[in-house]
Formats: sequence, structure tokens, C-alpha cells
Amino acid sequence: MRSLLKRDLSLAIRAGGGFGLALAFFLIFVSLVPFGIGPDTGRLSDIAAGLLWLGALLACLLSLDRIFQLDWEDGTLDLIATSPLPLEAASALKALAHWLTTGLPLVFAAPILGLMLNLPPAAFPWLIASLFVGTPALSIIGTFGAALTVGIKRGGLLLSLLVLPLYMPTLILGALTAARGGQGLDATTPLLLTAGITLGSAALLPFAAAAALRVNLR
Amino acid sequence: MVDLGQYAVPVLSAYAVTIALLVALVAGSIWRARRVARALAEVEARRGRGASS
Amino acid sequence: MASIWEYANPRRFMATSGALLPWVAAIAALCLIGGLIWGFFFTPDDFRQGSTVKIIYVHVPSAIMAINAWLMMLVASLIWFVRRHHVSALAAKAAAPVGMVFTLIALFTGAVWGQPMWGTWWEWDPRLTSFLILFLFYLGYMALWEAIENPDQAADLTAVLCLVGSVFAILSRYALVFWNQGLHQGTTVTTAGVGVEEGVSSVFLYPMLTVLTGFAFLFLALVLYRTRTEIRSRRLKALIAQERMA
Repeated sequence: MRSLLKRDLSLAIRAGGGFGLALAFFLIFVSLVPFGIGPDTGRLSDIAAGLLWLGALLACLLSLDRIFQLDWEDGTLDLIATSPLPLEAASALKALAHWLTTGLPLVFAAPILGLMLNLPPAAFPWLIASLFVGTPALSIIGTFGAALTVGIKRGGLLLSLLVLPLYMPTLILGALTAARGGQGLDATTPLLLTAGITLGSAALLPFAAAAALRVNLR
Repeated sequence: MVDLGQYAVPVLSAYAVTIALLVALVAGSIWRARRVARALAEVEARRGRGASS
Repeated sequence: MASIWEYANPRRFMATSGALLPWVAAIAALCLIGGLIWGFFFTPDDFRQGSTVKIIYVHVPSAIMAINAWLMMLVASLIWFVRRHHVSALAAKAAAPVGMVFTLIALFTGAVWGQPMWGTWWEWDPRLTSFLILFLFYLGYMALWEAIENPDQAADLTAVLCLVGSVFAILSRYALVFWNQGLHQGTTVTTAGVGVEEGVSSVFLYPMLTVLTGFAFLFLALVLYRTRTEIRSRRLKALIAQERMA
């Protein structure tokens, strides 16, 4: 188990793929926003929380097809499937590796980019907390989507189409947490609901992802 | 004709679009069904000959 | 004793659905045409909404059937998982475009109704937004069916997607209620059964129920018809594959 996780992490770091790329995308997305919306700091601070969440979601989406694609192409996935490790655990580990290489860096990058977007000071703790509990859900749901589309050539666009509606509840609640925090309100309830989505998907979706992988490996 | 008052355009367009979409759905289903049925009949006829000869 | 599973046999399904189809289609056409004419020409205007009240005769039935279509796909996917009946998987595939068109009708009629009533074409209101999400789910589901070549794999994967999608559709619904209270009124149709003065008045209710029956039978007819097409298409593919092998 640990070796699979270690392998995925080292691959992601050495290939320079997931780690840097998603972070760079996040940075570019956020710095492009003022060009589209205008440099008015008041307006930017109103929408900063939602934008950071949206950016994190898109950056996450961008790296999803790498979760299984390479392992599928070189046959590693067949080895993983025949190993004593259950496929459910393998897909949960894949999601964890994806989160550690994309979600977690985004959580740390978000406050810096929040400064650039003039995010209200009160929103910072809520933004970090909501990203911290919400991005794992993005990785887990994304792993399920990647498992569904792993056998399809050029499935990247289809993957986005399938995964984005599934991201909706996480995005709504996560962005709501940060936005309410920014208005000086207590945002504990949406934060807890975001955590609920993460825990619920962590409990159930690895089974769905493993079922999809088994079908694809048949 | 019924008097629709000031809301004639929304009401009529709602009905028109609904009917157009339903007709398109039915027509599409029928078109595909005919095409598949024709292709299947062709292949079955061909195979029927092949088996007898 | 004949059980419902007998119809899982494609041959039995073809025979029965072929016999049933003209009747179902006739009822659908009768209810739809009759109900729409009744609703359009022979109902009074609402004193607040004016003639826009006529839009509910298409809006509410299509919205109800759009959700029911997804539920039917969910049940069919579950049956496919548990009992591996191909007809069930094909019926789910056949239902998706029908449900998608119903969702589109509900969205469009809602928009043209909202424009004069709420003064806006589109409002980010929980009900409207959930229907948009439902529409996206239908699109994704159909795209996944199209993308996979092996029919059994496609059936399995879309069934998994349908199950997971259902859970997330419900989650979205509640998240959206939390997010924005919205303009859309509550469900007035169900209250109509209890007390007429509370819900929709019976003048509007009966034509609407007729159209709803029409939509339900239209859905049934189209699903039967399209499932027949899918079965034929599957047989065609199998025959062509056999010819290639020979």
C-alpha cells in the first residue's frame, strides 16, 4: 500500500506533471481574472472567494486524466488489479496521491493568490479551511471519473463533462463557506457540510471507481 | 382564437418550442428505427441466402 | 406463472412491446393533443398571471417526467447490475434522450414563463439550477454511452455513472436550497389533491393532469420504441461481427 502511494508521489514529482502544472494553472487562472473583470479592487474582493474555489476546481480537473491513463497504457493497472491489494484501496490511494500532489499545494497557494485578489481578511481562515476539507472530495470524485473514462481514447473532454456536474455540490458549499466568512458571518454549517461531502465520497466512491476499473480491465 | 393579451409571445413560443422538440424527438426515433430495421433486414436476407446455398 | 422477468428475454420483449406500442402511442397522442387543446383554448386566464398560466400545461408535466425518466434509468441500471438483463440496460440507454428533451422543454418553458412573471429569463434559483444540472447529467450519460465501443462495458459503466449521478443530483438539490432560497414557488400540484383552495384550482388541474398522462404515455411509447431499435441494432452488430469472423 505504502509503496504504491510512494510510487505515485515520486512519479508525480519527478515527471513534473501534476505538482507544478496544476499550481501554475491556478496562478495563471487567477491572474487572468482581473483582465476579464477589470482591476476594480472592490469588485474583485466580492468575487475573490468564489474565483479561488473555481480556480482550484479547474486546476484539479486538468490533472485528472493522469490518475489512471499512464498506468493503463503501460499495463501497470493490470498488475495493480492482480495484486493482493483490493482495487478499492488502490483507487482510494490514487485519489490520496492526487490530492497530495494537486489539492494540498493549492490550499497553500490560495491565501497568497487571495491577497492578489483583495480577498477580505475575515475570509482567509474560512477559505483555507474550506479548501482543505473540500479539495479531497474533488480528487476522489475525479478519480471515479478517471476510472470511468480510462479505456476511452482522448477521453479528456468527456471526463470533464462527466465530472463537472458531480463537482457542483462541493463547489457550492465550499465557495459559500469562504463567501460567508468574508462577510463576517459564521460559516461553520457550510464548512461542516463540505466536510460531509468529502467524507461521504471518500467512503463510497472508491467502490464505484473500483467497479468501473474492473469493467474497463475486463 | 383565444385572446392571449400581452403575454401572447411567451405563451405561443412555449407551446411552439414544446411541440417542435417533441416532434423532433419522435421523428428522430422513427428515423433511426427505420434505418436500423432496414440494415438488419438486409443483413438477415443476405445471411439467409448464404445459409441455403 | 408468467413473471415480469420473462420480458427480459429480447424475443418476448419484442413481441409484447410490438403489440403494446400502437395502443400506448395512441393514448399518448390522444392525451397530449386533447389536453393541450383543452388547456390552450378552453381554460380561463389566471387573475394574477394572465394567459401565461397556460404555460404550466407543458411546463409541469415535462418537468415531472424529466425527473421520472432519470428515476426509470436508475431502476433499469439497478436491474442490469443485479440480474444482467440486456433489455434493461438498453431501455436505460433508450430513455436518456427522451428525458433530456423533456428537461429541455421544462427549462425553456420555465424561462419564457419567468420572463414576464419574475422579469428575468434566468434566475439562479435552486429549482432552475437543479434542472440545468439534470440536463448536464443527461448529456454526460449519453456521451459516455456513445464513447465506449463494447456494449456490455458501456452498459456497466453508464449504470455506475447513473447510480453515482443520482446521489450527487440529490446532493446538489439540497446544496442549492442552502445556497439560494429562490423565486420558484413550491410544488402546488400535490397540494391540489388535498385542498383545492390551497393549490392549483381544478380548472387548471384537470387539463394539466391530462397532459401529464400524455407525457407519461409518450415517454413509455418512446422508450419501448427506442428499446426495440436498440435491440435490433445490437442484433445487427452481432450479425456483422459473425460475418467478419466467417
